[in-house]
Amino acid sequence: MGSQGGFGQSKEFLDLVKSIGEARSKAEEDRIVLHEIETLKRRIEFIIRLVYVEMLGHDASFGYIHAVKMTHDDSLLLKRTGYLAVTLFLNEDHDLIILIVNTIQKDLKSDNYLVVCAALNAVCKLINEETIPAVLPQVVELLGHSKEAVRKKAIMALHRFYQRSPSSVMHLVSNFRKKLCDNDPGVMGATLCPLFDLIAVDANSYKDLVISFVSILKQVAERRLPKTYDYHQMPAPFIQIRLLKILALLGSGDRQASENMYTVVGDIFRKCDSTSNIGNAVLYECICCVSSIYPNPKLLEAAADVISRFLKSDSHNLKYMGIDALSRLIKISPEIAEQHQLAVIDCLEDPDDTLKRKTFELLYRMTKSSNVEVIVDRMIDYMISINDNHYKTEIASRCVELAEQFAPSNHWFIQTMNKVFEHAGDLVNSKVAHNLMRLIAEGFGEDDDTADCQLRSSAVESYLRIIGEPKLPSAFLQVICWVLGEYGTAGGKYSASYITGKLCDVAEAHSSNDTVKAYAVTALMKVYAFEIAAGRKVDMLPECQSLIEELSASHSTDLQQRAYELQAVVTLDAHAVEIIMPSDASCEDIEVDKNLSFLDSYVERSLEQGAQPYIPENERSGMINICNFRSQDQHDTSTHTLRFEAYELPKTSAPPRISPVSLAPSTELVPVPEPSYPVETHHVASVPSVSDTGSTELRLRLDGVQKKWGRPTYSSPASSSSDSTSLKAVNGVTQSDVSSTSTSRTRDSSYDSRSAQGEISSEKKKLAASLFGGPSKTEKRPSSTSHKVARSTSPAVEKSQGPKAVASSTTGVVSEKAAPLQPPPDLLDLGEPTVTSSAPSVDPFKQLEGLLDPTQATSAANYGAVDNTKAADIMSVYSEFPTSGQSSVIANPLPTNAGDANLIPGLSTTNKTGHAKGPNPRDALEKDALVRQMGVTPMSQNPNLFRDLLG
Amino acid sequence: MIRAVIVMNTQGKPRLTKFYDYMPPEKQQELIRRVFGVLCSRAENVSNFVEADSVFGPDTRLVYKHYATLYFVFIFDSSENELAMLDLIQVLVETLDKCFKNVCELDIVFNYSKLHTILDEIIFGGQVLETSSAEVMKAVEEISRLETASNTITLVPKSISGWRS
Repeated sequence: MGSQGGFGQSKEFLDLVKSIGEARSKAEEDRIVLHEIETLKRRIEFIIRLVYVEMLGHDASFGYIHAVKMTHDDSLLLKRTGYLAVTLFLNEDHDLIILIVNTIQKDLKSDNYLVVCAALNAVCKLINEETIPAVLPQVVELLGHSKEAVRKKAIMALHRFYQRSPSSVMHLVSNFRKKLCDNDPGVMGATLCPLFDLIAVDANSYKDLVISFVSILKQVAERRLPKTYDYHQMPAPFIQIRLLKILALLGSGDRQASENMYTVVGDIFRKCDSTSNIGNAVLYECICCVSSIYPNPKLLEAAADVISRFLKSDSHNLKYMGIDALSRLIKISPEIAEQHQLAVIDCLEDPDDTLKRKTFELLYRMTKSSNVEVIVDRMIDYMISINDNHYKTEIASRCVELAEQFAPSNHWFIQTMNKVFEHAGDLVNSKVAHNLMRLIAEGFGEDDDTADCQLRSSAVESYLRIIGEPKLPSAFLQVICWVLGEYGTAGGKYSASYITGKLCDVAEAHSSNDTVKAYAVTALMKVYAFEIAAGRKVDMLPECQSLIEELSASHSTDLQQRAYELQAVVTLDAHAVEIIMPSDASCEDIEVDKNLSFLDSYVERSLEQGAQPYIPENERSGMINICNFRSQDQHDTSTHTLRFEAYELPKTSAPPRISPVSLAPSTELVPVPEPSYPVETHHVASVPSVSDTGSTELRLRLDGVQKKWGRPTYSSPASSSSDSTSLKAVNGVTQSDVSSTSTSRTRDSSYDSRSAQGEISSEKKKLAASLFGGPSKTEKRPSSTSHKVARSTSPAVEKSQGPKAVASSTTGVVSEKAAPLQPPPDLLDLGEPTVTSSAPSVDPFKQLEGLLDPTQATSAANYGAVDNTKAADIMSVYSEFPTSGQSSVIANPLPTNAGDANLIPGLSTTNKTGHAKGPNPRDALEKDALVRQMGVTPMSQNPNLFRDLLG
Repeated sequence: MIRAVIVMNTQGKPRLTKFYDYMPPEKQQELIRRVFGVLCSRAENVSNFVEADSVFGPDTRLVYKHYATLYFVFIFDSSENELAMLDLIQVLVETLDKCFKNVCELDIVFNYSKLHTILDEIIFGGQVLETSSAEVMKAVEEISRLETASNTITLVPKSISGWRS
């Protein structure tokens, strides 16, 4: 603002004053003032400009207050613009909200429904949990508004409140139920949104509405709604979708409720127009519903038909939906995947990433022990090929999960994990690394030592191969170092100097990574310790020596500690070393003397020498009250919340302080400073103690300490209790795994009867065979035998599994003969394995078919009492509505009128019509010229936004 | 629910953004950039769906449609149906076309507030409000009619002094 005249006014203002002053008549003055007013009113535009500026990413916060002010304005245009701006600018916790709440309250009571709508719009965005009570009564009142648009928005606003804070509107649930019977179908449709959320949380309280939902859906599907609700010749598809979603929730696991739905869902399957996009959306929703409710064979068949249509379609969108639907349905009827195997493999090789990922999700869900190798291999290949870290992490963790669950052999498992670690090592959870180490240490817990040894030596071999590669992730290097340290020399195949040389290389190559160096040094110590214990002479390699020297001067106390320990261990004699570092004892339990009883003699001695007896901290509290209060205060403020309850007694202090309490009560330990030093040093020393049985005093104390202060990295392989439980879990999985092989075998053999289709490349066939168990008999046999061959050649633990697998396959054949039609229980089943084949005792379709065509009265009677009252009510309302709805001047959706008529059919049938759109290409060209002038779309050759759509 | 609606051109310039959960402006810019990054890396004849977990957090999908120089992008969660969202984009574009007669990017740039009005009649608080473009048009026309009417009645707004100070 260039100020002139010293009053700080702008030149424009001076001009205004001047021109008014110079005006020669009242009329001229009026003209000038009106012009000025027009200019000033353009501040709406300023606000819009502000919104625009902020959208482009610039700070517009200085103008927020003006937007707020604008909402106070009486003019509808200004008010609406103000509301638009505040909803875009502010969030519900912004300081300015407090200035708006009052306006909103007032506007919600306005006579002008547009003002009310604008306020409701703002309510959705700007009201937070604390301000809900301020507007709730008004919003609830609006549920009875005469305009259906307002009722609709009021319901949605309440829905928003529910999302914000479920408790605030819980008492209004009955309103939602009531509004379901609103005489405007749009309002009913809006009510479905909050009901869907409510039902998702607690389906059981809404079971009584099943009948109503079903009858609404039936009416919608039968086109009882006014024509205005049609969309692309589909009756109210969005309402149908919403209802199907609700029914899916209500019918899940509830046979009785599901049986009510079968007819209507079947009807929709039949009636739905599968040529339009929205028709397919409804069909997809039907499949979701069918796969969620209690299964019905006819519906499943219809769903399978639709899925095959989706998968055969050329549209990637439909393929995507088909894959998604398949992965839903496969839980209920696993055999359906069989028909579509080639389509699935096509999708897997599709260039479209989205489709590929969806397909991997499907594969993930249908993984069993028979196809885990193929699937995980594919996943890893894909994982290597992508750069998106987020998805890489996800797929890596899925690989790990599948491998842990279904691994056919330990050898394969280790190889797979190696690959995962190699390519996504830093992305996977560190727990996975510990799991892998534990698995190598413990084997699969079977009492077969040679198998374990073979496993370890194969692991060591593979690691020695990998270790030279550059850029290995840190987590993987840790695993490698640990395994080499524990088992590198165990088989006698590699000499200590070879292993230590490799370890030194690792430490050298990753000199910036302290954790890896620490692992490497500890591994070195283990190797030397085992050598000494075995009575061999230890010659430290020169590079190792220099490494140790370098590390003993390291900045990291941890590394220093390890280096000194290594030096100390090397000088000990065989017996001492054996006690400190027993060979292959990483899985032994470490006893922890929590009472620190070994300190008793020391304490006695100190007491005799006149030391103060130890008083537990809670008894001491009288003395150090103040200090405790202070620490508690600090603790509280750190959580940033107000405390409303009274202060507790100060016995809850920081965790480290509790440990003295658990000591022998009569002892006197010098409180903080002195233990802290041993803690520091000894917890580091506890890494070697991971592998010892722990009976000497020194180490016992360390272990006790380690639990409190030790770094999680070290404590987790050492914490024996958690290890043993999770190990059991692993065992459990592997056992169930074996049984699942038998089931999959049965299925494989039952697949045999089906024939292969078409000429497809043999590679794809092979892939299909390994994924799905083979498309034909000739295909399947060799593949399964090759499986067995692979197994018998794969080492070690295989042995124990091999015979079982053979046995299970024979039992599979037997069971196939016994009951060829009955699908075997699958791991993926939801605990209702026989459902698919055993038809419900009374077929609801047959039962209802007779009732379909007769009058409503009979079907209503069939639905029961609730239907008679509530649903009949709704029906009458809707059947009345069309007349009134159409008489109100609704722009005719059919293109019978006016000039731009040809636009509409062009749009509604999307890209079928090829003719150029619009009656006025010249107009479009002009626009384009303007566009270019403005530099808005420098790239575009296309004057018409819709040419793509139409052409 | 629908989390966000983004209209941007093929150079990545946002033309209309609406986030139904509040996002600070910087975050919005970042999201727009990342969405654009995802979209322009996609080939021509692929599906219109993208899993958006890495951009918008868990359980989010993204549906987009490419018209001439513009991308129309809807971001939503699992409570919506992808194909239906695709049609909702169609509804929005159809409505724009009816409103502007041969809509092009420039119409969208210049009629920014009208665009918001239209969008607000289609999506309300993240839920689908109306899917018939005729109905939307009717509502929008009603709004502009009443707006001009109310403007002629109160020619001079009460708080005229506010803006420039």
